[in-house]
Amino acid sequence: MRVFISRDAGSLALGADEIADRLVIEAERKGLSLEIVRTGSRGMYWLEPMIEVERPEGRIGYGPVSVHDIAELISGGALEGANHRLCLGPVEDIPFFAQQTRLTFALCGVIDPRSLEDYQRHDGYTGLTRALEIGPAATVEEVFQSGLRGRGGAGFPTGIKWRTVAETAAEQKYIVCNADEGDSGTFADRMIMEGDPFCLIEGMTIAGIATGATYGYVYIRSEYPHAVAAMEAAIEKARRGGMLGRNVGGSQFTFDMEVRVGAGAYVCGEETSLLESIEGKRGEVRAKPPLPAHQGLFGKPTVINNVLSLAAVPFILAKGAAAYRDFGLGRSRGTMPIQLAGNVRYGGLFETAFGITLGDLVDKIGGGTRSGRPVRAVQVGGPLGAYFPRELFDTPFDYEAFAARDGLIGHGGIVVFDDTVDMAKQSRFAFQFCAAESCGKCTPCRIGSSRGVEVVDKIIAGNRVRENVDVLTDLCNTMKLGSLCALGGFTPYPVLSALTHFPEDFGIAQPRTEAAE
Amino acid sequence: MIDEPRDREDIAQIIARHASRPGPLMPILHDLQQQFGYVPESAIPMIADALNLSRAEVWGTFTFYHDFREAPAGKRVLKLCRSEACQAVGGDRLAARAERKLGIACGETTGDGRTTLEAVYCLGLCHSAPAAMLGDKLHALLDEPKLDALLEELEN
Repeated sequence: MRVFISRDAGSLALGADEIADRLVIEAERKGLSLEIVRTGSRGMYWLEPMIEVERPEGRIGYGPVSVHDIAELISGGALEGANHRLCLGPVEDIPFFAQQTRLTFALCGVIDPRSLEDYQRHDGYTGLTRALEIGPAATVEEVFQSGLRGRGGAGFPTGIKWRTVAETAAEQKYIVCNADEGDSGTFADRMIMEGDPFCLIEGMTIAGIATGATYGYVYIRSEYPHAVAAMEAAIEKARRGGMLGRNVGGSQFTFDMEVRVGAGAYVCGEETSLLESIEGKRGEVRAKPPLPAHQGLFGKPTVINNVLSLAAVPFILAKGAAAYRDFGLGRSRGTMPIQLAGNVRYGGLFETAFGITLGDLVDKIGGGTRSGRPVRAVQVGGPLGAYFPRELFDTPFDYEAFAARDGLIGHGGIVVFDDTVDMAKQSRFAFQFCAAESCGKCTPCRIGSSRGVEVVDKIIAGNRVRENVDVLTDLCNTMKLGSLCALGGFTPYPVLSALTHFPEDFGIAQPRTEAAE
Repeated sequence: MIDEPRDREDIAQIIARHASRPGPLMPILHDLQQQFGYVPESAIPMIADALNLSRAEVWGTFTFYHDFREAPAGKRVLKLCRSEACQAVGGDRLAARAERKLGIACGETTGDGRTTLEAVYCLGLCHSAPAAMLGDKLHALLDEPKLDALLEELEN
């Protein structure tokens, strides 16, 4: 009998290793022959640790399983199909899963992330095969036509970045993957790297061949040791299998890559700061121009893309630009792996076409709060994202729709808060975080964040509230317009959205809607 | 202790292992910290010499990143996630409890050198917050009994 248990860090944190160990012991005791395959996670974390059993009708799930359940699951014949209170039925029929459009995450939770053969057996590397058939120029065009935009948060068209690098002549070019997933409420990069690392390797390889880059770096944050291990193991396997190095996949192209590990600096998620860090410098943001596409890593033309952007590429090449572009809304094409986090009942990853409303995501998909109290606010897009009140839950998940409401979708994380949240405290935290993580290069961010903490403190203390709200608004405008990068530039989003939508938490009776300007 | 010839030899070896790679400084600092538990100050001029950098440049990189330590941490390191997703489910309260029970603030080490308590800004387990990491083991859905169990584990 084959059973599948996730080895994703989220599942391990919930006890997946202990479940796997106990399963082996109990199966031996019963004389049951068992093959355990360690996969990535399906992303339904409220059901983890989950055991999936291979049966003729598909994989049947059991979860959340505790070590005390194992003996009963085995002796009761549950694993052979008998009914059990933990039985979830076919995993892919669970509504949370069945409602998704899994393009990027199609194989996450399905395959063994340490097996190149398993990836290839599940149609892995068909994207690369097609890229080799149509050639570099047509590959860039395909990515451009798909409408794929940067999934790190900025939403810049990926195809344009690739085209710029492809058109820039240089003896050495680089592909850099930004896996410095520091936003609270996000874990999609981690899941892909741990659950389907070959997908990311394939995406980077396609990017290299398309733009003439022969070497790639994945910059992974140090807080993700499991992702680092998974990527390093997969890179080694790909190299041995002829899918990295010289003559990639039997072609005339060369592409190889390695992992670089960050060291706890949030700002290194900013692309130019990340490049500085790989070069061994302080993670200080570079002024643009020059664009990384012209002068990036070590001064060479560099494609720098988020994990999710690069992991979307194999599908786009395999199935064609139109198949990807057909999903979505307006200028937001394709799917977005959305992450439901914080005080949410059904926490996990939900990949869906752009256009679903925030309210549907929070209430219907996420099931509201875990505490059972009313949802009061959700922060979308990480520490630099705006807080949305229930009144704005009709906002469709789309780059432009969020921008029109003074927010951003960022890397697709949604953090849910119940009615016990103190929004003045949250806005203070936004400044505090910015102060701690500022690289220090530009004044609005370095100084403004600390002054911001002080001004919020004065407002909370009831000290000349009206004047200090004006100071705060003015400070936020300075930071927005005067900062070099998104850290200083976007910190005003959580601050001002909290003030605009929840003025009562600041001791202000009248909502000041103009404060969002 | 760190100026013993054998340690200097180890440092030199780590530097040599990476010196010819493009952008060798971060991997060197990581390996030094892995080896010694912190980055020995005496390594800074050695790195500067080997990489043809000024000491200030090496020192600047070393001090920029939160991860790199100037002195060893406690024997066990408990990292509590303090980010928004964990705040939304009582992370601050748990951190205050840990600080009270250990008698130290986040970022400090107990007097006996056994335990370092650290704040971490996101372990990527926000789907099952609050989250923590003790040594290299992850913990999710933390609550008071689970935190107390971790703190007890630290005592043993």
